[in-house]
Amino acid sequence: MSGTGIEMHGLDIRPVEGSRPEDQEFEINMGPQHPSTHGVMRFLVRLKGETVESVTPYCGYIHRGIEKMCESLTYPQIVHLTDRMDYLSAHINNEAVCLAVEKALGIEVSDRVKYIRTILDELTRIASHQLWWSAFGMDLGALTTFFYGMRDREKILDIFEETTGGRLIQSYNIPGGLMRDIHPNFQKRTKEFIRYFRPKLKEYHDLLTGNVIFRNRTVGIGVMSKEEAIAFGATGPTGRGSGWSCDVRKRLPYSAYDRVSFNEVLMAEGDSYARYMVRMKEMEESMNIIEQLIENIPEGNYAEKMKAIIKLPEGEYFQHVETARGELVVHIISDGNKNPYRVKFRSPNFSNLSVIDKISRGMKIADLIAISGSLDLVIPDLDR
Amino acid sequence: MKDADFKDTDTLDQLMLEKHGVLFTTIDKLLNWGRSNSVWPLTFATSCCGIEMMAAGAPRHDFARFGVEVYRASPRQADVVVVAGTIVNKMAPVLKRLYDQMADPKYVIAMGACAVSGGPFFYNSYHVVKGVDHLLPVDVYIPGCPPRPEALLYGIMQLQRKIQRETIVNKYQKPEEVMKNYDFENPLPE
Amino acid sequence: METLISDINGKIIQNWPEIRLDQGQYPTLHVQARYLLPVMQVLKDDPDFYMDYLVLITGVDYKSSLGCTYLLNSSVGNHLLVVKVTDIDRNDPVVDSVTHLWPTANFHEREIYDLLGIRFEGHPDLRRIFLDDNWVGHPLRKDYNDEVNVIERKL
Repeated sequence: MSGTGIEMHGLDIRPVEGSRPEDQEFEINMGPQHPSTHGVMRFLVRLKGETVESVTPYCGYIHRGIEKMCESLTYPQIVHLTDRMDYLSAHINNEAVCLAVEKALGIEVSDRVKYIRTILDELTRIASHQLWWSAFGMDLGALTTFFYGMRDREKILDIFEETTGGRLIQSYNIPGGLMRDIHPNFQKRTKEFIRYFRPKLKEYHDLLTGNVIFRNRTVGIGVMSKEEAIAFGATGPTGRGSGWSCDVRKRLPYSAYDRVSFNEVLMAEGDSYARYMVRMKEMEESMNIIEQLIENIPEGNYAEKMKAIIKLPEGEYFQHVETARGELVVHIISDGNKNPYRVKFRSPNFSNLSVIDKISRGMKIADLIAISGSLDLVIPDLDR
Repeated sequence: MKDADFKDTDTLDQLMLEKHGVLFTTIDKLLNWGRSNSVWPLTFATSCCGIEMMAAGAPRHDFARFGVEVYRASPRQADVVVVAGTIVNKMAPVLKRLYDQMADPKYVIAMGACAVSGGPFFYNSYHVVKGVDHLLPVDVYIPGCPPRPEALLYGIMQLQRKIQRETIVNKYQKPEEVMKNYDFENPLPE
Repeated sequence: METLISDINGKIIQNWPEIRLDQGQYPTLHVQARYLLPVMQVLKDDPDFYMDYLVLITGVDYKSSLGCTYLLNSSVGNHLLVVKVTDIDRNDPVVDSVTHLWPTANFHEREIYDLLGIRFEGHPDLRRIFLDDNWVGHPLRKDYNDEVNVIERKL
């Protein structure tokens, strides 16, 4: 394959230079197309027998040049591109850009908008964790989880589709508020969904969490200490599974998060099982947040009046949000025109990936699948 | 051929019967029945459209009832590659190699706006291939960003109809002979 | 916040008087490229600052020069600080690497090298991360012209 410095074709297994045959050291290519579908990512794994010695990730197979494209688009148009970065938390990505623009212009949106944005955020988080659970089980060989998780996820996608028009990609947030008001059925269907999903979550625990095979494959695998998580910048459930309290919703609250009370889920062990339990408990916490907000959505405007052409004043603006995978920071540098000068997205998956070399040394190659599944990577967010 | 005639399988059968005679048509029908009702795709999903492809295999819009039973991880065992997601310059040689490794008869479905023509990344992007038909011969195009799972099901049904139009009679003709008899006014077989 | 600013004045601006402190959304330090590494060392090790979490590194192309912007955070104090370097020479862009202080900078600096061309001294493994190894040019620069791949349209 050109341009990577190492010529490896498909399932090439080649011995490491300078090693003797009885050492059993060789390199394997887990190529860009592989069945544990997290996206397109290439790992060059150096093995000794079945034990992993080092993992080198090669990314860029879905690098679309979004940051360069943003320099020739207007601010409302950038919102549509952020949808496609981390598509499983599409709504939260949109919200990041909208909040940055609103902060720069000094616009205060109404409480109604804040409540609706937060409720849709938490629904997106539950949907993303459901898909993660489906894919994680499928990677480890438990195909049932795929069908259960996707079946329940469709109920959330129905709610999205009724209000916003899109299942996966919504683009419902615009700078200044929302594109349209919510559908009259929104509150009823959300409450119905929560009533439906709480017993299903117990079913998920029955199915996978106590399973002997699952525990053997995840307990003690891929241990990451708290200092390593901070040093590598691994935020989100990955970092919280190692005991680092890095939730942006608590540290730098935005939208309606300062009005709800919820627990930040922390676990101390730092192995794959801890990261798994953090996400399962986060689904419960999200449902608690929605329950606190869904009854009392205040009346008000669904969008503020904005000028037709948005120009931000000169300067630099940051906005931190908590996506389903970690901390996303939008950094906009503006020089007064209607196109930004530079837009930078600090994606959580980029930093989450950098720990994989450190934590998979000494594990078996089958554990590598469990580790990359528990890190929950979405590759288009990495490559932007 | 009119679109309404294409969708009606009886008309297709009648046309093929008139052209090729009973013996070849029966063999054709048998082979095409087998091939169209069990297209097995390759696991290939780059970005957002991949999730809608997974959702199409999920319990609600189940496409196992159309014969798309399992995903094969190895290209040697797959029939169709559903290119779901953006293809970039770095990924293009990999996709071409995967397509070359697939065994005949093989088909390509371009799913989503990015695979059809570059999609939202058509302007101002330096690394996106503007449409997968720069690399592979595409059989079915499915527009949408992302297309709903029902749209993917419709695309698979169109592919099945396209397969049912195949015939073993003209298959092994030399390309020069095909081009000699090619009618540029009405390209579809009558 | 006040303690942070007085700490910065006391510990950093005293020692390197050319550094300027600004106030944007977060307190911003304008540092010259040659002082970057000692300043970052102080910010990481000193117990008053304890900035052990590097959030992001943004590479920017100011038309006369190149620059890097670092956003630092602390896991105990929750204070944020922006460190801006704006005077990297355009024709021979070199700046010190902070990988040995924060391992997360490894990938971030590779990305900036790939897209902007800034070389980082002391980086363990500086090579392109997103684009092919034989790609010519650095796309995020303002004077990047690519007729083969890009279809231009200003919207």
